[in-house]
Amino acid sequence: MLLRPDPTFYPSARLAMQAPPETLAYVATLNANGNGRPDALAVVDVDPKSPTYSSLVGRVEMPKAGDELHHFGWNACSSALCPYAPHPHLERRYLIVPGLRSSRIHVIDTKPNPRKPQIVKVIEPEEVAARAGYSRPHTIHCGPDGIYVSALGSPEGDGPGGIFILDHYTFDVLGRWEVDRGPQFLSYDFWWHLGHDTMLTSEWGTPNMVEDGIKPELLFEGKYGRHVHVWDLRRRRQLQALDAGAEQQMVLELRPAHDPSKPYGFVGVVVSLKDLSASVWLWHRENGKWGLKKVIEIPAEPAEVDALPPLLKGFKAVPPLITDINLSLDDRWLYVSCWATGELRQYDVSDPFNPKLTGSVRLGGIASRAAHPRNPQRQLNGGPQMVEVSRDGRRIYFTNSLYRAWDEQFYPEGIRSWMAKAIASPEGGLTIDPGFFLEFDDVRAHQVHLEGGDSSSDSYCYS
Amino acid sequence: MSAGQANWPWIALLALGAYHGVNPGMGWLFAVALGLQEKRRRAVLQAIPPLVVGHLISVGVIVALVVALEAAVPLSLLRVVTAIVLIVFGLSRLVRARHPRWVGMQVGFRDLTLWSFLMASGHGAGLMLVPIILAWPRTASIAHATSGGMEHSMHLPAGIHGAALGKPTLWLLAVGVHTFAYLAVMAVVAFLVYAKFGVAILRSAWLNLDLIWAIVLITTGVLTLFL
Repeated sequence: MLLRPDPTFYPSARLAMQAPPETLAYVATLNANGNGRPDALAVVDVDPKSPTYSSLVGRVEMPKAGDELHHFGWNACSSALCPYAPHPHLERRYLIVPGLRSSRIHVIDTKPNPRKPQIVKVIEPEEVAARAGYSRPHTIHCGPDGIYVSALGSPEGDGPGGIFILDHYTFDVLGRWEVDRGPQFLSYDFWWHLGHDTMLTSEWGTPNMVEDGIKPELLFEGKYGRHVHVWDLRRRRQLQALDAGAEQQMVLELRPAHDPSKPYGFVGVVVSLKDLSASVWLWHRENGKWGLKKVIEIPAEPAEVDALPPLLKGFKAVPPLITDINLSLDDRWLYVSCWATGELRQYDVSDPFNPKLTGSVRLGGIASRAAHPRNPQRQLNGGPQMVEVSRDGRRIYFTNSLYRAWDEQFYPEGIRSWMAKAIASPEGGLTIDPGFFLEFDDVRAHQVHLEGGDSSSDSYCYS
Repeated sequence: MSAGQANWPWIALLALGAYHGVNPGMGWLFAVALGLQEKRRRAVLQAIPPLVVGHLISVGVIVALVVALEAAVPLSLLRVVTAIVLIVFGLSRLVRARHPRWVGMQVGFRDLTLWSFLMASGHGAGLMLVPIILAWPRTASIAHATSGGMEHSMHLPAGIHGAALGKPTLWLLAVGVHTFAYLAVMAVVAFLVYAKFGVAILRSAWLNLDLIWAIVLITTGVLTLFL
């Protein structure tokens, strides 16, 4: 318990942009080399003034193997300052790190030594199943009233997936969040507009649809998710299903405007069955109803058959596969990862209905194998995937692994994992920082979160 | 008994009201957030009446309960019970950390009244008034207290002069004075933060009032027991 609010809590996103630059990044790493070692949370030095800049300075191994660490989040964040359920003296201290495959949730303390985080509690899958009826925990958001966690499905691996809540103080599983889910069945990401009491959830697939790899027969029948669901956050009821259309498959990361008064946000769709393009959609509210509109479309890139994995040979093209997007805290810059073409794009979304492409960098890619400036001879694989934006919006960190079973289908030789950083110019434009490049010897890096918060970790209640 | 001594219950009631008014978790901050969300000063203003009504009901219910009990239970017993409730309540707030689980910014008059009622009740706002009214100087000094200058500084109604003042009226007045202080301080802070300082002030100025409050509850409980 603190006497003054945690200094990393900011009332508004605008104020959070004045935060000091981060010096450490936490990165979920997956052990995919078959040696039976557990996954780990890695600590990366991102302070350019430090002698260990751009290298691994700490890691904490999970107690058991096979977790598939993926996404994670903080126990508390700026939403602690929300007026209706304030708890500003709770610390941003613990990382809640779920195993997407094991359903174990690790609570990791970053306080005594931020470079040597320690596991202080493990929530077993049985507790999640018994108290919430869910498994395969995915997204974590520190909410005003508790820690919200999305889950892909039921303990049996089917649907429906949904959301459950952990207690802010004890990390006990408080139970299933939904009161009335309506037609919602598939689950993936979620976030909210706190000023409008609105939650959004997206759709990937049930555990059985994704854990053994992407299933072409399901994909080409359009069985993966294509909706964004709008919910009444307060009454926990599904209000509306926004349909991206029958040809759109896998609606993933949701990035609502950080300003709580703005009722719009962006969501990435992985692939269109029509032409293998990928797209970003805008949800927005008009006359009390929510709508969904495609605002960015990125076409597939033609490629030599020899360069393609078996799954794509028939198409003679590389689909961009938008697997993550991220929005800067001023709601101005949208970053879009094209994991298969190896491109990270920057759009100016000042007018959310008309994004303008303002920057692009390339690393890896199925066909292009673009190299990093630090080592121009060396071809890279994987592509920009999980992307994180610093609070001031100047530094963009990204890693290249997607999900173990899916990595091999697109990069059959196995992902050689790296983490890179791009610099964003204040008026637009993106360049790769030649001084920052980290290669992970035998593990795969996934989500990155920055010390003190970043552009996907906090929610704000003040406009 | 001097006028100064006789005035202490009024001062305590005002101080408690001001304390609740200044606490960001009990009203003004919600009003500011609604003003920022709707981008108009009027939203701040509109939030204040329901916040005050909710607080008033919460405090009023506790005081009414004590009024009812006082008729049936000896004063000494009532004091002991009050002391125990205060100590246990304070300890529970100290030992088991928790925070409100309310979710929702889209609030109308009724919601905001309910929210304020829940916050004041969860806080034990009304409980703190009980030892004050139980320790109220007996009838003789009521005249003293009320004619001792309070009506001039606080503009209390003229009808409270004299020993003839009934207890229910006095207690009603106590709730009124407390709520008035809450209203005044809350409204001033809300407008100052909304129009002048901005919410950035939260980062430095939001002291852990809950911790202080828990200690105050326990201390008052102990004092009630022994004084």
